[in-house]
Amino acid sequence: MTLAQSRIGDVVAIEAVEGERSFRRRLLELGLVPGTLVTFLGVAPLGDPLQLTVRGCQLSIRRSEALQIRVRVTEALGAPASLVPSAPVSA
Amino acid sequence: MQASSVVVEAETRPSHVVVVGNPNVGKTTLFNRLTGQNARVGNYPGITVERKVGTLKQLDAQGMPNEVVDVPGCYSLSSRSPEEQIALWSVLGMHGFQIPDLVVCVVDAGQLTRNLYLALQLAEFRVPLVIVINMIDEVPEKAIDAAEIGEIFGVPCLPVSARTGLGVDDLRTTIAAALKAPPRPRLAPKYATELVRHVDRVAEAFPAEWRRNVEHDRALGLWALTSVEEDDELEGIPSDLRGRVLEVHREMSGTSIDEAVITARYALLDDLEPRFYGKVPPKHERLGTKRLDQVLLHPVFGFAIFIALMLLVFQSLFAWSDPAISLIETAFGALATLVTELLPPSWFRDLVTEGVIGGVGNVVVFLPQILLLFLFIGVLEDSGYMARVAYLMDRVMRVLGLHGRAFVPMLSGFACAVPAILATRTMERQRDRLLTMLVVPLMTCSARLPVYTLIIAALFPPTDLFGALPVQGLLMVGMYLFSLVVSLIAAWVLGRTVVKGKSVPLILELPPYRLPRISTTLRMMWQRSSLFLKEAGSVILVCTIVLWALLSFPKSDDVAAVAASPTTSHQLESARPHPTPIEQSYGGQLGKLLEPAIEPLGFDWRIGVGIIGAFAAREVFVSTMGLVYGIGDMGDDDAPLREQIRSSTRPDGSPAYSPLTGLSLMVFFALACQCVSTLSVVRRETRSWRWPAFLFGYMTLLAYGTSFLVYQGGTLLGF
Repeated sequence: MTLAQSRIGDVVAIEAVEGERSFRRRLLELGLVPGTLVTFLGVAPLGDPLQLTVRGCQLSIRRSEALQIRVRVTEALGAPASLVPSAPVSA
Repeated sequence: MQASSVVVEAETRPSHVVVVGNPNVGKTTLFNRLTGQNARVGNYPGITVERKVGTLKQLDAQGMPNEVVDVPGCYSLSSRSPEEQIALWSVLGMHGFQIPDLVVCVVDAGQLTRNLYLALQLAEFRVPLVIVINMIDEVPEKAIDAAEIGEIFGVPCLPVSARTGLGVDDLRTTIAAALKAPPRPRLAPKYATELVRHVDRVAEAFPAEWRRNVEHDRALGLWALTSVEEDDELEGIPSDLRGRVLEVHREMSGTSIDEAVITARYALLDDLEPRFYGKVPPKHERLGTKRLDQVLLHPVFGFAIFIALMLLVFQSLFAWSDPAISLIETAFGALATLVTELLPPSWFRDLVTEGVIGGVGNVVVFLPQILLLFLFIGVLEDSGYMARVAYLMDRVMRVLGLHGRAFVPMLSGFACAVPAILATRTMERQRDRLLTMLVVPLMTCSARLPVYTLIIAALFPPTDLFGALPVQGLLMVGMYLFSLVVSLIAAWVLGRTVVKGKSVPLILELPPYRLPRISTTLRMMWQRSSLFLKEAGSVILVCTIVLWALLSFPKSDDVAAVAASPTTSHQLESARPHPTPIEQSYGGQLGKLLEPAIEPLGFDWRIGVGIIGAFAAREVFVSTMGLVYGIGDMGDDDAPLREQIRSSTRPDGSPAYSPLTGLSLMVFFALACQCVSTLSVVRRETRSWRWPAFLFGYMTLLAYGTSFLVYQGGTLLGF
């Protein structure tokens, strides 16, 4: 699934960042390397962009770009983490 | 060997320290602490990126002042535009930049890993380095083990709070010591052998002046592999090198190299991370910011607060600056009167009073709005709210092909284009700044209002439409909507043609809320205002004097005598009034020369002269028209002028101006760039005459074309 499909409150782990090279590079450099945990905090009142927490930092990216970030849910909203199959994640 | 060469150089020139760091790490506050009052703001050659230089408060070992440069904030050294290249050039001393004797890397105590990524890149280059952990007051005491981080990197590392001044004295001592014995970092990630082989191949293609030592060459090779691509906008890349990088990219794709390099760096940092922290666990959640965001980014309350804040900004620019503006105008008026009384009547006296004093007044009059706007920008930026404005408005600004950050400059444009254009500095990308600058002058600024008021009052009846809607008020609202719609269309078109540029995905950082520091804001207000006075002010002054000369010469005593005699509207109405001095001036002649060109818009030579006069500032149209009609000092009441315009006739006796003329004239004023101040500010911000020339050209064409359509179309429809 992609980051754009995760629900508000979800904690997800980055699997891969796709898309254009400079965008990819910038996100990787901001620490969104595979395995990094991202919290999906919310959506701006007009529906875009999205608000995330990565490595203690709040970032905002547009939905169209979040579609290019493949993630795996580690802590679904309201569901205990143990119920979701998860691979080891570097915290 | 390295150390001795530094000492030799230090005897001949001041030491050179550069301060780098991610955006929002308090780098500028620290820079201000280190340099005190002596920072100078300039520009990097050829690029509209600001360069701040200061001198350290204490002297170096040789008794020389230390020069400190505040490098624009960056997340990493990799780059794809000349603006992003500045960080690399500054820390390495490439492309004509001075080689620094010391690099101070400022990191945010709350986001260690991500910030140390930049420090790690610097370490790979083996530049003499000191790491500063700033905002140490925002994490619990002993949460961060700065000594251990210093140990890991092999360089001094100090906890500091630039806000409170904590640790700044220690930092000064450390910088002084580091300048004597440059600390060379010794931390580097391990890259795959295949990658290192590619890096060495790239380094072989470097020009001789790029090479320094093995580590530096390798790090620069990595930079080239991750930054150079087919369509980057980098400067100074030799074609051999570009060819070599693209050759490597055919074997190992650029994206896979990026990923290999960046993940190797983060793998190292993530491994080391537990050692960064002390005994007290770091507090990762910023609860205050989280709670504030729940309100300030709320779909309802958040928007309500946002609109209220923006109304406050707008209202202050629009209305609250008024007393200060009037005061300046009165003061300069009084000064002109004083000089008039002191000097005997001569053209020189007029030059001093109307040209120079009027011109300086024309410059100074912008200060209240500039100061107020930068007060707000400073507070919004420093508190962290500006990033939220961009977050809230991005959806709207995206439609125009702009970033959410363009919102505040665009809004300010409704008060005055001059401070609004200065405010485009808050945007990172040159393309976004340029596009905003080209569109902002279309917004209905406050200087257009006196013109609209005069025209509406003179040529439109004070009646109601459908018995309830006042025609005059509707017209005013209509002009606002018109300018808004045109500027949206202009942004859309220009963003896809003239300032195309690659669309860059939005990656916006929402920094934690912090109490803004008034000293930082005051300093910014002062720097912006003094830059405006120095660089744009001179152009405005010269243009005002030229315009004054145009409308005042040639002078004949005969003409002067006519002007001096009291004129009443009764006299003017009589058959053919004596020509006013302005009619015989070069400007007046130019107006008559222009008449055939502007006739299709419904304008006569008198409006032509008014338009020429309005270049000094749009509202000058009103007083110029007053001069054209020989109405002396009108003061604040333009009723006699309204009367004149209404009763003005063509040579054949028909009314000179119809409501359609008025509409055409207002459209012209809405669209034409009738403002030397705007043009000179654009020149200052873009460092070229090309963009102001383009701005003037496109807006004049647009104004002429639209007014033509309005007048001719209206005439055809029988208005």
